[in-house]
Amino acid sequence: MHMHKFEKVWLIFGVGTLLVFLTVLGVSAFYLGNQPPSCLATIDPEKVETQAPFNEPGLKKVEGKAWDYELVFVAQAFNYNPGDVEIPFGATVKIIATTKDVIHGFEVAGTNINMMLEPGYISEHITTFDKTGEYLILCNEYCGAGHHLMTSKIEVVES
Amino acid sequence: MAKTELRKNVKTEVEDRSSLKGTLASVFLLGFFLIVSWVGVFFLFLDRF
Amino acid sequence: MINSADKLKVDRRDGKLVMAQIYVAFIALLIGGLAGLLQVLVRSGRFELPAGIGYYQILTVHGVVLGLVLTTFFIMGFMQACVSKTAGTFTTKQRTIAWIGFWLMTIGTVMAAVMILLNEASVLYTFYAPLQAHFLFYLGLTLVVVGSWLGSAAIIMKYAEWRRANPGTPSPLLTFMALVNVLMWIVATLGVAATVLIQLLPWSLGLVETVNVGVSRTLFWYFGHPLVYFWLLPAYMAWYVIIPKIIGGKIFSDSLARMSFILFLLFSIPVGFHHQLLEPGIDAAWKFLQVVLTFLVVIPSLMTAFSLFATFETFGRSKGAKGLFGWFKMLPWGDARFAVPFIGMLSFIPAGAGGLINASNQMNQVVHNTIWVTGHFHLTLATAVVLTFFGITFWLVPHLTGRVLTKAINKLALIQGVLWAIGMTFMSGAMHAAGLLGAPRRSAFSEYGGAPQAAEWIPYQVAQAVGGSILFLAIILMLYIFVNLAFFAPKGEEEFPIGEMSTHAEPAPMVFENWKIWMGITVLLILFAYTIPFIDLIQNAPPGSKGYNNLW
Ligand code: HEM
Ligand SMILES: [Cu+2]
Ligand SMILES: [Cu+2]
Repeated sequence: MHMHKFEKVWLIFGVGTLLVFLTVLGVSAFYLGNQPPSCLATIDPEKVETQAPFNEPGLKKVEGKAWDYELVFVAQAFNYNPGDVEIPFGATVKIIATTKDVIHGFEVAGTNINMMLEPGYISEHITTFDKTGEYLILCNEYCGAGHHLMTSKIEVVES
Repeated sequence: MAKTELRKNVKTEVEDRSSLKGTLASVFLLGFFLIVSWVGVFFLFLDRF
Repeated sequence: MINSADKLKVDRRDGKLVMAQIYVAFIALLIGGLAGLLQVLVRSGRFELPAGIGYYQILTVHGVVLGLVLTTFFIMGFMQACVSKTAGTFTTKQRTIAWIGFWLMTIGTVMAAVMILLNEASVLYTFYAPLQAHFLFYLGLTLVVVGSWLGSAAIIMKYAEWRRANPGTPSPLLTFMALVNVLMWIVATLGVAATVLIQLLPWSLGLVETVNVGVSRTLFWYFGHPLVYFWLLPAYMAWYVIIPKIIGGKIFSDSLARMSFILFLLFSIPVGFHHQLLEPGIDAAWKFLQVVLTFLVVIPSLMTAFSLFATFETFGRSKGAKGLFGWFKMLPWGDARFAVPFIGMLSFIPAGAGGLINASNQMNQVVHNTIWVTGHFHLTLATAVVLTFFGITFWLVPHLTGRVLTKAINKLALIQGVLWAIGMTFMSGAMHAAGLLGAPRRSAFSEYGGAPQAAEWIPYQVAQAVGGSILFLAIILMLYIFVNLAFFAPKGEEEFPIGEMSTHAEPAPMVFENWKIWMGITVLLILFAYTIPFIDLIQNAPPGSKGYNNLW
């Protein structure tokens, strides 16, 4: 099968570019730990509120872990608990969240914190809050008539 | 005379078929657009927490 | 390669079958376009829906009617027209099967539509469990899929018949491409059929209490990505084979066209995780594997870009074009059959760039479920694919109804394409920009409790409303053109344009028609990409979810 020389040049360049993209992504994900949220832990969606850590939503200081705080969220149609949180500037936080009913989104607008909350599963994301300001949390997966009213708030404050 | 003309025609046709300079330039422009967009959003990703 | 069928018109009986599906597609365009207009108006914050109609009900209409109905009907009709034209008229048996398919699809559509209108199914066109619609909604969608299998069966039977009658010869290019698309479609729809029939239907009927959400979503997205290639490949059929004829050029390479379609068959399916990158329950390594496979499916599109430019340049140079880009001016810009799909091709450049970004594993966190994604697929589907379908309509409908595309209608068609381009630039551009700032998709107007970030998004939503209104005008214009071509244009003969190979071309290698190899590799790749994570989802499943049907 004949292929024009220029087409070969183009395909080598194109495939090379794709390989570079994949390498950058792979190194960032597997060596620097920037994996997309992929927690494998499960929970009974009917009993969320009686199980740790979801029996106490909110921010909690922890010791001896790779992160300083754990921030626990429980989502349900159409709100988040807690409704707002203050986080000290520079804190490394593990966000742990789940839903009591249908699928919800958990997006902190203007950041890379963006994950799906699915009934029966726990979603986690670790990050360092290194910019102060007020950040809107919103539901970005359709969950019913009040979907666009489902919000919470993170304030990153100088401690 | 007639002979050279014929030769010239054949040559032009071959040239026409293989001259894809514009195509090469176009796809490379396309390729650079892909790279610039991707890198742009990648830096947005790096900049955000 | 010149086929005796080239001179013939599509048989009248096949023409009727094709037209039936195209009518439904354009009715869908009217309803869906109206819904789209209402959406952008609501989202601008200056308009409220009357009479207690919900935003999400309208959005379900828009997604189902444009994403599922318009596409499936138009594609089945167009592919059947291509096969009838290039492989020969359908036999009575084949045509009857296709008609039964059409009626099943139509009945299914009506069932789903009624349930949406009764507000029993405001679950959006992706119907993610545990939101639970009325069982008739799921049953309706099942009929649409089963109907499309029958329409596909007619195509496969015709191909098999042609294959037997012409041993050792490559099949006509359009027939080959249609066959690849239906094979991919059948393999892909098995996933959605499985979740609907095994999980969602029994659950919505109350026969089982709970549903496994992770499994259902994975089966859905096993189907959801090839779905977008099922939309795209018919547009590629037009770009590879029909556009060259319209401009008066030649097909750049028959063999490379076939090869790119085979690559689509292999790599379109084992990539569904790129829609589930931010989900729990799936290991990050398996996600990354599917990201790699997703990048492989970019390669045939890179080939397509080269082929198209090469067709244009070769044609322009044969007309005496000089310089690096002189050939560009030689293209028939006054011919809507070319110019409107060309706008579609152009839109595929930013669309492709956006697609690469979406699929880039952790970078998905920047854009996932933001309105950026909506901006992205209004470029791929609602511009590249849809404008190509409009370009096809300009000749296919008069060809089938025995009419012609007049100069005046051609001009309107050009205006229609330009309006679409302008409207979409505003709407999709503003969606991309707002999405990068974090504005979510699938959301009615909201000030998010007065959050300053949300206030920044509102100007972009106004821009979307401006663009969307222009788009709606373009839809009205298109419907006028369609009605003219179907019922009022002057009688005559409109050509079915099919590109020819350049005289120097070598015949396509027969290995491309060895379906045992290609289907075998397709299945192996699917098993490789899905078996282990899928078993994990079942073995480590949490307690199932009961249904929620009272949230809208
Ligand atoms: C008048 C023209 C159109 C306008 C104004 C329009 C507007 C919109 C808007 C604003 C959304 C997103 C709403 C949201 O996320 O809240 C949307 C979603 C969508 N549009 Fe369009 N659109 C138009 C044409 C089309 C066409 C021609 C197609 C496909 C053939 C299409 C397919 C879709 C699909 C599949 C969705 C996703 C629905 C969902 O997320 O559930 N649209 N459209
Ligand atoms: Cu929600
Ligand atoms: Cu996809």
